[in-house]
Amino acid sequence: MANTQQFCTFFLKDQFFGIPVEQVQEVLKYQETTRVPLVPEVIRGLINLRGQIVMAVDLRRRLHIEERPEGMLPVNVVVRTQEGPVSLLVDSIGDVVEVKEETFEDPPQTLEGDMRTLIAGVHKLDQGLMHVLNTERACESLERTEALAVDK
Amino acid sequence: MNNSDDIVKDFLVESYENLDRLDRDLVELEKQPSDQEILASIFRTIHTIKGTSGFLAFGKLEAVTHVGENLLARLRDGQLTLSPEITTALLALVDAVRQMLGSIDTAGNEGERNDQELIATLTGLLQTKAEPIPAPGPAPVKEEAQQNDLPRPVPNIGDILISRGAVKVSEVSEALEQQNAGDPRHVGEILVEKGAVKPQDVLEALNVQQQARGQSASDSTIRVDVSLLDQLMNLVGELVLARNQILQFTNSTEESGLLATSQRLNLLTTELQEGVMKTRMQPIGNIWSKFPRTVRDVALGCGKQVRIEMEGKETELDKTIIEAIKDPLTHIVRNSVDHGIESPEARTAAGKNPEGRLFLRAFHEGGQVNIEITDDGAGLDYEKIRSKAMQKALISADQAARMTEREITNLIFLPGFSTAETVTNVSGRGVGMDVVKTNIEKIGGTVDVQSKPGQGSTVRMKIPLTLAIIPALVVTTAGDRYAIPQVSLLELVRLEGEQARKGIELVNGAPVHRLRGQLLPLVYLNRELKAGAKAQDAAPSQTTSSSKWALLDFAQARDKHQQWIGRLRQLLDGKTTMTVEQAGSPTECALGKWLYSAGLKDYGDIAEMQVLEATHKRFHEHIREVVVLKANGNQGQAEREFSNVEPVSKKIIELLTIVGGKVLGSQNVNIVVLQADDRQFGLVVDDINDTEEIVVKPLSKQLKSVNTYAGATIMGDGRVALILDVLGLAQRANVVSEVRDRAVTENEERQTAAAAGQDGCRTVLLFQNGERERMAIELSQVARLEEFAHDAIEIAGSREVVQYRGQIMPLVRVSEVLQTTRQKTADSDPRALQVVVYSENGHSVGLVIDRILDIVEESFQIQPNTGRQGVLGTAVIQQRTTGVLDVRGLLAAAQSREIPMAAHA
Repeated sequence: MANTQQFCTFFLKDQFFGIPVEQVQEVLKYQETTRVPLVPEVIRGLINLRGQIVMAVDLRRRLHIEERPEGMLPVNVVVRTQEGPVSLLVDSIGDVVEVKEETFEDPPQTLEGDMRTLIAGVHKLDQGLMHVLNTERACESLERTEALAVDK
Repeated sequence: MNNSDDIVKDFLVESYENLDRLDRDLVELEKQPSDQEILASIFRTIHTIKGTSGFLAFGKLEAVTHVGENLLARLRDGQLTLSPEITTALLALVDAVRQMLGSIDTAGNEGERNDQELIATLTGLLQTKAEPIPAPGPAPVKEEAQQNDLPRPVPNIGDILISRGAVKVSEVSEALEQQNAGDPRHVGEILVEKGAVKPQDVLEALNVQQQARGQSASDSTIRVDVSLLDQLMNLVGELVLARNQILQFTNSTEESGLLATSQRLNLLTTELQEGVMKTRMQPIGNIWSKFPRTVRDVALGCGKQVRIEMEGKETELDKTIIEAIKDPLTHIVRNSVDHGIESPEARTAAGKNPEGRLFLRAFHEGGQVNIEITDDGAGLDYEKIRSKAMQKALISADQAARMTEREITNLIFLPGFSTAETVTNVSGRGVGMDVVKTNIEKIGGTVDVQSKPGQGSTVRMKIPLTLAIIPALVVTTAGDRYAIPQVSLLELVRLEGEQARKGIELVNGAPVHRLRGQLLPLVYLNRELKAGAKAQDAAPSQTTSSSKWALLDFAQARDKHQQWIGRLRQLLDGKTTMTVEQAGSPTECALGKWLYSAGLKDYGDIAEMQVLEATHKRFHEHIREVVVLKANGNQGQAEREFSNVEPVSKKIIELLTIVGGKVLGSQNVNIVVLQADDRQFGLVVDDINDTEEIVVKPLSKQLKSVNTYAGATIMGDGRVALILDVLGLAQRANVVSEVRDRAVTENEERQTAAAAGQDGCRTVLLFQNGERERMAIELSQVARLEEFAHDAIEIAGSREVVQYRGQIMPLVRVSEVLQTTRQKTADSDPRALQVVVYSENGHSVGLVIDRILDIVEESFQIQPNTGRQGVLGTAVIQQRTTGVLDVRGLLAAAQSREIPMAAHA
């Protein structure tokens, strides 16, 4: 039996993503978010996670996916990073899947710009392709991605 | 002696801990031989053991550590470099100390040992590698004064004697020097032998010293890891928040049991919070206690006599704050002695006591701790500071000349500033007053210097009690709550109704408020927080309207509308033309533009606004009809239709007045007056909620790049609120002043609903010159618009003049000066004379024009003059060619025309 890994999965628009379960602290329904003016818009704001103030990053914005339709409340996937917990806002949450190492493949060469560093690779699963998110990258150097987005 | 046993025990516990660290430090030091921090730490440890063992009369221990200390001092001063031999010797020293301590622990004495070899080794290392230094003795003492980080300072016998007035400073100094020179006896013994002090005094002083020692070593205290306290503090913070939430819930319940329980929870939490805060509190005396020694050393070093007095030693501050103010305080104390207090000769010459006085005072005031350091020295030398600042190019000569004493005083806080002529051992240590200020401000405190020439100066610091939980003012803007630390808060100003409209004025586009006669610059929080946002976020729909309406003059909107009637009249008289589109479109006119862009969106909930919109539509239907009828040559019907327009117009004006009254009446302006650095500014917010104790939480790294926020906190309802960094906000408001000015300009553009969004907009008064020509004059050149009856015109010499405000104002007929062909109707014209009053240097001239057309704000390019004096050139304004008036040129032309005119007369 080859090495297997568990992924916490979620959806963004019609794309299927996964984060290694050990990086995920918890999953929460939508929390009231306090917006922080003047910061890159990727940061949706701050949430109160049992007394701890946690930054919420909108993964749709981060991955340059169109805005969530109005009325659709995102789900918080709180991940552990070196800078402490960060909440990633996703559309909906999927199952925890167990994948084999063989199904993994590096991201296609055609992936553009900073997406190449954000997507660590792809697992070919029966239900489709699961994008493996590089959570550290997703939570850091937001200023720079903002600048990139503006340049475009 | 029971007491003494306790002291020994405490000494042992402390020393064991220190020794463990010493081992680690020494090994670490071998890896990084130049690490000053580790060296300093080792030095302090050895120094502490030496000092205490001397006091407890463990002679051998003292002897060994004394040599070790000297060696370490050399290492630290860079006079020696660490070699393996030295490390070995130092480790051997640690071992020896440990053995002796073990012996003291078990047998009560240092044991039978011979440390001569170790001492010899250490001394050997000291002497072989050391460069010849004449008097190595005092070095460690000086070092101690600088580093003085003794965990538990015990006053020296000398200091106690001095403070009790039993002996003079100079005598103790002499005794200390003697001791440094090799006298093995205690200071007390030397003093008694010299007859400087009575043996009884020394005994009493020893008692005091023992008490100081004894207090801290008493059984009732335990050592607790600071990180544990930090954790406790965090938990209490959480508890406070949970309590606040519970209280909010129970406020809406009738359940008496729950109410009682939550009340109890409330009280307990408050008590617990206070208790935990107290565990972190330390008296300021902890850091003050080393100052007598510092002062003595500095005073000796520069040949001065200084006596130190203290008041409020017991004033408590949070541990982290104590740590933070230690160095700044030390610097100020040294500074006061070095720079402030004069030499004994100078003092005597000035009629003062040759002994200077340094007074430290601490007290609580308004939830803050005030610390004052007062010296009775020469005070600040303003001239010297001024010239020094100019010399260092910190200010220009021009600035320097204009500066007040207060501003000059603040110069000493600038980086790179020092008036010390020579670098003494006290000044030039890298900790300037700028660092003092920065460090104090970092913890939310303020520093301030007051000085009276010849009488001394006072440095006053205001320090928050704690950093973790602070009182803050909660405000709302654009629906979001923000907390403003109360330390920066000066006062709250609320402008209501009429005041709200008149209380805010513009200085070149920057809003200000007159607060007790002083202009207070205003910063609109919603605007500042939007300045950097993306364009779509800053769309007009998002801007909250209070600020905009505070600036908008309803009267102006009414006047604009009233011009319609005049224009229609002209149309009917055949004096002007108007297209059907212009007249018929309710969205093209000034009022319509405002109505459909922001007006209805912002104030749609006011019933009259709906009526206004409908009425306004009807108005345009009417005037369209007038234009169509007139165009078809149906003058009579057009006149009749015109008579229908007037009541509708009146209705609109009435509605505008009502809406204006409602809006201004309900739109109060809340100004939070804040202090940032040495400046005050007013922060305009939508709402002021309450003051609250908030728990400060740091922001994650990604958010720290924005200096507008000092952190975040969780409010009673569990939501997060940002804490504003007042200094950062002020900087932002100043730094991005162009952005702010632009925002204001845009606002004004919306108000006048003129061509918006272009740069270089100018407001001009349009008037008709002669029969057909359109002319424009910059509104900034217009002092007033007046009407004079024809019979008011008098003749003085060759000039037409009118009496205006008690003065005689010459009139200049623009069309005559510009030699515009026109019918000679002026005198027969029954209408009054339209005059633009132009003022310069207190003199007014009335420019007589034919008819005022409009006031517009537009950006236009002037094409240079066509050779007419008095005209700058032509431009396209309102899609029509318009001449732009050059008022000065016009007046010059009028002057030159005077002679022929006079000849004519």
